[in-house]
Amino acid sequence: MHEMSLAEGILELIEDAARREGFGRVRTVFLEIGRLSSVEPEAMAFCFDAVTRDSIAAGARLEIIAVPGTGFCLDCGRETALEAVYDPCEHCGVAPVRVTGGTEMRVRELDVE
Amino acid sequence: MCTTCGCGQGETKIDGQAVPDHGHEHTHADGTTHSHPHDHAHAYVPAHSHAPGVPQSRRVQIEQDILAKNDAYARENRAFLAGRRVFALNLVSSPGSGKTTLLVKTIEALKGRKGVAVIEGDQQTSQDAERIRATGAAAVQINTGKGCHLDAHMVGHAIQQLDPGEKSLLMIENVGNLVCPAAFDLGEAHKVVVLSVTEGEDKPIKYPDMFRAAKLMLLNKCDLLPHLEFDVDQAIAYARRVNPEIEVLRVSARSGEGMDGWLDWIESRAAAT
Repeated sequence: MHEMSLAEGILELIEDAARREGFGRVRTVFLEIGRLSSVEPEAMAFCFDAVTRDSIAAGARLEIIAVPGTGFCLDCGRETALEAVYDPCEHCGVAPVRVTGGTEMRVRELDVE
Repeated sequence: MCTTCGCGQGETKIDGQAVPDHGHEHTHADGTTHSHPHDHAHAYVPAHSHAPGVPQSRRVQIEQDILAKNDAYARENRAFLAGRRVFALNLVSSPGSGKTTLLVKTIEALKGRKGVAVIEGDQQTSQDAERIRATGAAAVQINTGKGCHLDAHMVGHAIQQLDPGEKSLLMIENVGNLVCPAAFDLGEAHKVVVLSVTEGEDKPIKYPDMFRAAKLMLLNKCDLLPHLEFDVDQAIAYARRVNPEIEVLRVSARSGEGMDGWLDWIESRAAAT
């Protein structure tokens, strides 16, 4: 359940932004979560609600933007889509491929008032 | 970030002493002192007030990694360790893979050759740190309470307490868990994943994040192979499927098999750092 730590990390970023930007309430949090990251979106949503209770982000909607997994095939030299880190190349069937995208865990932006 | 997995917040202990909570000032291993303001936003008073009616909403760009704070602490730890040329390894595995026994044997084998300091991470008890101290090596126990992993902030405090010597080896034994520790950089040179042959050979594809994050996989308890159906080649193939570059060494902390290879690996990697 490291999603709980991650949710605390999100709240810290929000609170830093509130001090910097001067806002009093958060309506929506836009997160980019890669399909190959170690985050389970449902667990994240659950932990986010628990962590933000009594905070500036209490009741805020969590909008999770799923970033697709991508890789580079070391064999055929082409980009390939990945559902899991160990998927073979969709073009030539060779595994493993080098993961190039889809591992991100970022706060993209906030809708605030 | 002073995280202990949320549910365990405030329960982290280093050698039985509470880790300073949020809103404190402290000195890090590199001598810098800073504080963590943590005034929760419910106490926050906006500099301007809105006119009554429907509040205006606006977008604020953040574009920051969720783990940014942890990673900042990890960078501090890494810089401090580099300053003393300390080589740090983060040992990760499921519970019961034999990490502590492996550490004890490693420390004994390196006696007189290299100074070793150890950070032990467990939810409860100081039994592991006591086992390490019995070898004569310095050890600090971090109890994460209900937390499922070590983070760079706790480890920074533990390093400060340990005060590792020039060119020594720092071994960080993470909480036994193949999931959560994968995401948290502690400032180590490498993660080393320990897979014992009494587990399933498919662990690397069941828990790919950890095997992807590791530089080296130690296949431990290899003395038991004749009694098991563990397929070594298959385990290595699975590990390479998630991490083509992972290195693999077979060891048995109990019989001593493969320990020379492991010690050589430490020496050569430490020299390269």
